[in-house]
Amino acid sequence: MASYFDMGGYAGYVWPSYAVTAIVLVALFVATWRGLKNRERTLETLLATRGPRRRRAARQEAPAPEAVNTASTTEETSR
Amino acid sequence: MHRFANPNRFLKLANAILPWSNGVLVVSLLAGLALALVWSPGDYQQGDTVRIMYVHVPAAWMGMFAYVAMAVASAVALIWKHPLADLAGRATAPVGAAFTFVCLVTGALWGKPMWGTWWVWDARLTSMLILLFLYFGYMALHNAFDDPQRGAKAAAVLALVGVVNVPIIKFSVDWWNTLHQPASVVRMDGPAVDPSMLWPLLVMGLAFKAFYVSVVLLRIKAEIADAKIRALRMSEIHG
Repeated sequence: MASYFDMGGYAGYVWPSYAVTAIVLVALFVATWRGLKNRERTLETLLATRGPRRRRAARQEAPAPEAVNTASTTEETSR
Repeated sequence: MHRFANPNRFLKLANAILPWSNGVLVVSLLAGLALALVWSPGDYQQGDTVRIMYVHVPAAWMGMFAYVAMAVASAVALIWKHPLADLAGRATAPVGAAFTFVCLVTGALWGKPMWGTWWVWDARLTSMLILLFLYFGYMALHNAFDDPQRGAKAAAVLALVGVVNVPIIKFSVDWWNTLHQPASVVRMDGPAVDPSMLWPLLVMGLAFKAFYVSVVLLRIKAEIADAKIRALRMSEIHG
């Protein structure tokens, strides 16, 4: 086991290479994840402070299924 | 609100891709590390330092790939004014810079025992350092203007001008004398690397690619959320 970690005498070069790679990539992933979650939280609080109508407009999502249903029923009843 | 139409379609696509890219990342990273650190042999000349290759070479590939992706996004942003393209370029730059940095550091850690020096100012190493500075320049320019659109435009122009550096990196080992070895995987007559070393390299390459896809998608999602936050705050101010 000790001879494995010695890497044929090159332990001082092989392990730091993997360590630097791991540190940089993990740090980037964590920073990216945190940045996304922070912004999503900010967006949620911003949207929560506004009325439901404006919230839907800001999200620009497809109309909720129940909204579609009520729209079609009102259309049918009006006919 | 028209400008949100496209990002929302993108968000659906990104959320569909992310579980897959994360899954590929975990599986190929575990397999790649096992192959690279345990089941691959040492080199007959370089001993165990050859294991540095399995992080050094994929990092170099992705450093260059990310730059080309950033340049393509910049071209799309400049020509068609596609709102997502600028966000994609902006999201790619730090990822490419990270890969390039990893490539340079692991290269130095490989160069010291094998070449006897951490660094030489030869064509391959210098052009790779220029790549890192191009990423830094892109990120700095993007944030250098009060008007974000002007910053985006200036950064996109820099990305396009700098793309000339990518073929220079690729062919530097053929055009100039260098300590760096020539291409051994992407060659006209097939890879010159033994399968016992080629497989760990390719699996690690896949892991780095999946990492790139996941992180860039997450960063674009963050950029879109940022744009929405800015739009909401603007509408609050202006009524």
